[in-house]
Amino acid sequence: MFGKPSRTGRTLQYVALTGYLIFLGFPLVWLVSTAFKPPRELVQLHPTLIPTNPTAQNFVQAFTEQELGRAALNSLQVSLASAVLTVLVALPASYALARFRTKLGTAALGWVLLSQLFPFVLLIIPIFLILREVGLANSHAGLVLIYVVWALPFALWMLQGFVRNIPRELEEAASVDGASRLQILRRVVFPLLAPGIVATALFSFISAWNEFFFALVLLKTPELATLPVTLARFVGIEGTARLGPLAAGSLLATLPSLIFFAFMQRRLSSGSLAGAVKG
Amino acid sequence: MTTVAERPDVAHADGPRAARSRSDRMGIYLLLLPSLLPIVVLSVFPLVRGMYLGFTNARAGRNVEVSFTGLANYRELLGDELFWNSFKIGLLWAVGVTVLQFLLALGLALLLNQQLRFRGAARVLAVVPWAMPPVVVGILWKLVYHPDAGLLNELFYRVGADGLRTNWLGDFSTALPAVIIVGVWAGMPQTTVVLLAGLQGVPRELHEAAAVDGAGTWHRFRNVTLPALAPVIVAITSLDFIWNFNSFGLVYVLTAGGPGGKTMLPMLFAYEEAFRYGNYGYAAALGNVMVVIIVALLAVYLRRRLREAN
Repeated sequence: MFGKPSRTGRTLQYVALTGYLIFLGFPLVWLVSTAFKPPRELVQLHPTLIPTNPTAQNFVQAFTEQELGRAALNSLQVSLASAVLTVLVALPASYALARFRTKLGTAALGWVLLSQLFPFVLLIIPIFLILREVGLANSHAGLVLIYVVWALPFALWMLQGFVRNIPRELEEAASVDGASRLQILRRVVFPLLAPGIVATALFSFISAWNEFFFALVLLKTPELATLPVTLARFVGIEGTARLGPLAAGSLLATLPSLIFFAFMQRRLSSGSLAGAVKG
Repeated sequence: MTTVAERPDVAHADGPRAARSRSDRMGIYLLLLPSLLPIVVLSVFPLVRGMYLGFTNARAGRNVEVSFTGLANYRELLGDELFWNSFKIGLLWAVGVTVLQFLLALGLALLLNQQLRFRGAARVLAVVPWAMPPVVVGILWKLVYHPDAGLLNELFYRVGADGLRTNWLGDFSTALPAVIIVGVWAGMPQTTVVLLAGLQGVPRELHEAAAVDGAGTWHRFRNVTLPALAPVIVAITSLDFIWNFNSFGLVYVLTAGGPGGKTMLPMLFAYEEAFRYGNYGYAAALGNVMVVIIVALLAVYLRRRLREAN
């Protein structure tokens, strides 16, 4: 972009890039390395960057230790339910938003931006009171409800973009051929929308999987806790030897989002979904 | 769904609102309803109620009488030293993280926009922190900052700077800077990706024309790249600021607000007030103050940018 830089310019650029890679990469390497270290290496006076005797023991421990295994299952349930529900609810609305301009639709999309302004504390107290009123405060069902509502604005935004990309002419052609409205949706729109549906489902899965604050406040029974909440409680238990399973569990908790990002890589780098995921 | 009677050719006409029959509109609303209803019931309504709670003496517990107390909560906030502390720390944190994040991300985006080797690897690596759950980012950096088994202290030991070893998250003077660095690390990828997308949208011809006119690298950056990128910069820094000011999970895991309240962000303070002490009204009042602060700061910032643009 700046034409051909001089030789020293290039060198400086590589030095800067190396700096960035160290800043971004070293902590990650450390997490992976800690996850593979046997207990003895974790407590030794001067830890090494690469484990001398790598072991998968921490992963086994993280999994079999009831709490983390159960928490992972809880997270899986809650996130799957949120993803499926979000897509089901968002699908008809996103079609309407993309194909017909209504004031209501504009208002819904405006809410996406506006809702970013408000700190969660304003939301959580009334939500907690409402859920307690209907007996869902300390339950996965209540949490799923919140996650769906929370993911919806962005899911709508995303899906209606995908609908817009389907040429209207295809629907018109099917209509001329005598297809009913429902047939058009089922045979023409939904198949073409498949990538968008997958992306939206993944997005809502990840935002539920990563979410911490609502789960922390709403779920009081430890048996119901999701992975982030359980991992955070793990942190409080001191003892250097516990760091191994903690790192292993953290690594496993990152896998779903890594898959999502690998899947979305191209869209992300094109910037069209740049606002998609915020922790 | 079958109730949508609208034919595509009708919808195709531009300015279709006039051409729409009543049943068409009903159909559209039916499609929107499953999404709008939950948003209104569980997002808009709670928000309004939450803001109202800020003017009451609501407390935790069943059958507690809630009464309107006007500005009493805000008078109490003004005299609350803990509030001023968290307010100050929240601003330091949000401004610090947003500015550092932006400067570092701009540098990285400019680099990634060049024909450098390892660019592909760097792009992938630049996105990984974004893909991590905030709680995991917190745990990751707890491992890096760990006083005995941590990467940072070990690095200082290896390069012979033993005197710099410290309990980064536990020390009064280092806790806030240490936490800010984590915030930068966690949020930089997203900002980088947005800025990179913006950079790729800057017309090549502008640069070439400027180069022909003999403009140097710095000049082209200052007079071509930056102005073209301005809208993206304003948008992402505003969003970053809002997100950072309202952030919770990361610092909760790292320090839980400690040591001695040195990293007590407003959200952590509100969380403690609401769910440790049960002061719902007071916590909601704090939430209202946060909204006012954010809106005020954004208004000043956006107006200045707007004036510069004209």
